[in-house]
Amino acid sequence: MIKVENLSKIFRTGELDIKAVNNVSFEVPEGQFLMVTGKSGSGKSTLLYQLGLLDTPTSGHIHIDGVDTDELTEIERTRMRLSALGYIFQDYAILPTLTALENVMVPLLMLGEHKEEAERKALRALKRLDMGDRMHNLPAQLSGGQQQRVSIARAIAHGPKILFADEPTANLDTETSMNVLQAFLDLNNEGQTIVMVTHEVDYSRMGHRIITLADGKIVSDKIQHPN
Amino acid sequence: MPKKNNFINQFMVDIRVGRFLATRDLRRSNIWTTSLIVFVMMLTFLNLVVVGGILVGLIQGAIDAHVKYGTGDLQISPLADRSAIQHTPQIIDIVKQLPGYKNHVVRYFGGAQIESNYRATIDPRTTRDMVSATLMGINPDQERIFSDINTKMMEGKFLDNSDVDSVIVGKNLLAKYTPINDPSFKNLKNVDVGSKILITSNGVSKEYVVKGVMRSKVDFDMAVTMVDSEVRRLQNQTDFNASRISVHLKPGFDSARAVQQLLDMGVGEWARVQVSMDAIPKTVKDMKDTFDVLGMLLSVIGLAVSSITIFIVIFVNAITRRRYIGILKGIGITHRAIEISYVAQAIFYAILGSGIGIATVFLFIKPFIAAHPIDFPFSDGILVADATGALLRAGVLIASTIVAGFIPARIIIKQNTLSAILGR
Repeated sequence: MIKVENLSKIFRTGELDIKAVNNVSFEVPEGQFLMVTGKSGSGKSTLLYQLGLLDTPTSGHIHIDGVDTDELTEIERTRMRLSALGYIFQDYAILPTLTALENVMVPLLMLGEHKEEAERKALRALKRLDMGDRMHNLPAQLSGGQQQRVSIARAIAHGPKILFADEPTANLDTETSMNVLQAFLDLNNEGQTIVMVTHEVDYSRMGHRIITLADGKIVSDKIQHPN
Repeated sequence: MPKKNNFINQFMVDIRVGRFLATRDLRRSNIWTTSLIVFVMMLTFLNLVVVGGILVGLIQGAIDAHVKYGTGDLQISPLADRSAIQHTPQIIDIVKQLPGYKNHVVRYFGGAQIESNYRATIDPRTTRDMVSATLMGINPDQERIFSDINTKMMEGKFLDNSDVDSVIVGKNLLAKYTPINDPSFKNLKNVDVGSKILITSNGVSKEYVVKGVMRSKVDFDMAVTMVDSEVRRLQNQTDFNASRISVHLKPGFDSARAVQQLLDMGVGEWARVQVSMDAIPKTVKDMKDTFDVLGMLLSVIGLAVSSITIFIVIFVNAITRRRYIGILKGIGITHRAIEISYVAQAIFYAILGSGIGIATVFLFIKPFIAAHPIDFPFSDGILVADATGALLRAGVLIASTIVAGFIPARIIIKQNTLSAILGR
């Protein structure tokens, strides 16, 4: 599903080169729930940005579903983000002027769904995350946990091949975090490939596999239980 | 063909998503921010229409006054080698048969010396208070029907047909109203309503009482107006051949066509027939051309300023929503859909601002200025703004808004998606 080859991301600040991701290679098979962990500044979020096509690597290759993403134009990368990937941000990143339902509808509309169909699918995704009764609420009227669930609903509504989650529980309390993780587990049980970044060791144990980063390099890659 | 269809399909999707985002943004944006942007757009529109319109209106007011009080829709004047219109009574009969004829006036002109202190000049040490002026002989009843010139009195009253011993003096002839300290231009110093003045023309003198002072901002202001029989008497004129015949047509009738009809009937053999625009003084026409150019220049500058204003407003709006745009890009919304969303919002602001601007111009400003003209020395300035011109300017404003809205959206969208999302 995902194949990463010699991936590096270097930030140049004046004379100094910072290797946020340093020559990393790994593969993620379909249906796997991969946890990427590491200390703050280890490069896990940067790695996720490259995998999620939100940023371009300095060198190396990322193949998603057999497609070499280096070959893609900006328009094609946007198209792939829309159709094949789902991305959940640490701070939810939902659109403040749209209701919960509309936030989830936007990618569906962009995929060419008619409004009624987009609304139906969005509502189904929200209900799945117990947010059906808050669908007409604006983000400002939702708690952090609810906003994160809207963000997850938006990421899964169109049935992406891979779901990326960047520290989705970082701003949530324990109970809400567990609810969010349970949602991920449920999705994974249905075959959803998930790559999640977390610095919480306990949470990382819920995945099939844990990749640990330090200074941009993989220092451990453990299969906990096969998917 | 499939590639073309894909492009069209994608474009339609972009429009749908852009419209979806734009309508929600507008519906839920801060009401004060939206009001401020619409207010700026309205002011921008007013700047385009009103500033140039008033400038052109100052001279248009003068032209309108010349047409209304002076030339009418068409004017008949003497041939170049004649001092009066030949066969005036016959011409008037023909004029009355014109399709669309509304009314007319006949005027008689002459030159004269006007003297105010003639009773005191027996003493040779006294300076004579004297001025040269045009005599304008009118039929007061006809004038009242032709226009409301009788309402343009600063002091005193307008003439009646029986006022053979009274005159009206134009305000420019009186130092009281037009103080001029120039030896080459004189006016009368001690004349008021009720004063007696001596008018000498063609060697004939007669004493008249000043019945009123007129301020019309047309030729009457430089003339002494009296009943037509008096001018003819002072000029020793025994026929009825006049200096001017001014004709008003009913609304909707073409003055150029009426002129052609008069020429076809042979009036051109006896007199010169002109439409109003040909008959008004060349100075006024030249001023109109100059003011038209200035008005156009102001519109172009106004448009440039408005485009920059819109650009800044939308740019600031887009900058403050950089993260929002980043998120949209991050979840796969195309650049074009985001651009359409911003352009749609800009069009909404422009249409609403222009609409309110049009309503303000035609429901408030234009009627107000028409009722209270701008008091300019040579005209009663009006606001020149017609529906076609206003709609054209609104169209130009909307078009420039599309460009001015598109560029900042494009600039923000071009920025790195991740940087926009993370706000770095």
